[in-house]
Amino acid sequence: MTRKSGESIPLSIKISNYVPYLLLLPTLAYMLFFIGYPLVEGVALAFFDEQGHFTWANVNYLLYDPGSLFWDALKYTILLAAVIIPIQVSVAFGLALLFNAKFPGKNLALYTVILPLTISDVAAGLIWYVMLGQYGFFNKLLMDLGVISHPIIFFGIKNMEFLAIVMTEVWRATAIVFVIIFAGLQMISHEYYEAAEVFGATTWQRFRYIIFPLLLPSLQAALIIRTLFAFQIFGVVWTLAGRDIPVLAGEAYYAQTTLLRPGVAALYALIIAALSVSVGAIYIKFFKAKYLEAGM
Amino acid sequence: MSNEKILTSRGDIIRYYTYRIILAGLVIIAVVWIALPFIMTILYALADPAQYYDPHVIIPTSYTLKHVNQLLILGAYQATINSVIVALITIGFSFLIGLPAGYAFARYRFRGKDSLKLFIVALRMFPMMVIAVPLLVLYFKLGLADTLVGIGLAHTSMALPFVILITSSIIAGVRVDYEEAAMVFGLSRIGAFFRVTLPLALPGLTAAAIFTFIMSWNEVFIAAVLSFQNRTLPAFILNLIAGSTDFIKFAGAFIMVIPALIFVFIAGKYLVRMWGITLK
Repeated sequence: MTRKSGESIPLSIKISNYVPYLLLLPTLAYMLFFIGYPLVEGVALAFFDEQGHFTWANVNYLLYDPGSLFWDALKYTILLAAVIIPIQVSVAFGLALLFNAKFPGKNLALYTVILPLTISDVAAGLIWYVMLGQYGFFNKLLMDLGVISHPIIFFGIKNMEFLAIVMTEVWRATAIVFVIIFAGLQMISHEYYEAAEVFGATTWQRFRYIIFPLLLPSLQAALIIRTLFAFQIFGVVWTLAGRDIPVLAGEAYYAQTTLLRPGVAALYALIIAALSVSVGAIYIKFFKAKYLEAGM
Repeated sequence: MSNEKILTSRGDIIRYYTYRIILAGLVIIAVVWIALPFIMTILYALADPAQYYDPHVIIPTSYTLKHVNQLLILGAYQATINSVIVALITIGFSFLIGLPAGYAFARYRFRGKDSLKLFIVALRMFPMMVIAVPLLVLYFKLGLADTLVGIGLAHTSMALPFVILITSSIIAGVRVDYEEAAMVFGLSRIGAFFRVTLPLALPGLTAAAIFTFIMSWNEVFIAAVLSFQNRTLPAFILNLIAGSTDFIKFAGAFIMVIPALIFVFIAGKYLVRMWGITLK
């Protein structure tokens, strides 16, 4: 396909140079209109009044109004992430190792474990509301077994609501982490294990020197995705605790639908975005971006 | 691995069975942990209230559809239809826009491809909920506020990065030789795509559509902000539960859980693969 200079290029080839860009054009236009523009509009909502003058009104409300739960919301959003993510990653890691073994009924077990991925966070919250209620399954079972004499009250008490949220989130979103790690685990070639066996490696050595290092990119990807999703936590908290446990997205929703202050809601949204982007950037810088491109 | 080895000594046999028993125990714990809340929610949502409030009845024996019916009449029926419409709109738009982009990534080399792809990969992690509030301002101007099309368009921007990544991976899995062979025999590139690549990619694309459906079906924040009357099911339930009885909440959980069970048993295998592709 070498071409001498000056020789005319066939039209079809000329056009095909533009084709991929043409194919991508609708996507980029859509993104610009539905993500780029709302971001700009969001800044306008948060920092400008209706006449287009710059205003600190929304920031002041967030920081100083007695009705604002901003600092609590920030605290609980980060605290929930800090408690939930380590549990999820360890449980998911254990599950992935478990499902890497062969056993009868494996597919059925696999589908069951990923079930929580197909329901909304509102549904997950309600499911655990059923489980943990005063007359819920959990309390009835423990009372009938004689473990407790009075039902454990979860709802209406802040610390217990926090516990209920943690239990629900671990149950709901561990599957996402599991799927990522499991996919990574299945990509590890069996030749490595066989080689390790030939050289008489113990189970621990196999884990430490083969599985763990080869799984590191998947673990990192899972960690990033889970952290970024954690900043958006909303449905589970809203159904189980309402504003008892304020979180950033919940406060945004409250400001928008109850206070009818879109400026405050937009400000919360921007804070979530800023938090996600900066934590994402830190992670990527920390872990290097290699795996982001790998295999995709 | 260990079960392929020939067991020789008694110690080996004991170790083998201990391993099998621990493995089975852990699998059972995991399955029960995930499945039990689903099962109990379904049972308790349909339980007779008298049995529910009896502390000694752990597994109810008499059931009623009263609360589920009540919820359906309150608006959950219409909300379910709305959710399906929004999800179909989302599938339609995100495939119309995303499939060409997926094809471009799978079949062409071009300047800036890697950065563009990295941009899409990064975008799928962007918290899309932040567009909801400003989008509503725009929707008021465009007459899209509180419409299903409006929610569908917003869900499309959420689903688009996923659809592009999935379709590009599926199309890349269809051998380019077939497409080239079709072109040698006189089909245009577009013709080759529609008559060769698309049919071969169809099972994967169907799974991708189900994946998109689930994403839209489950999204609550954007839907709840963009609608006031024409709510999707999660947005409707979210709004309703604030002031309703426990049984209405249980019924809400029941109505939202049933489709999930159906999805997984229709497309479980594909879904595991989809999540593998998009979340990697």
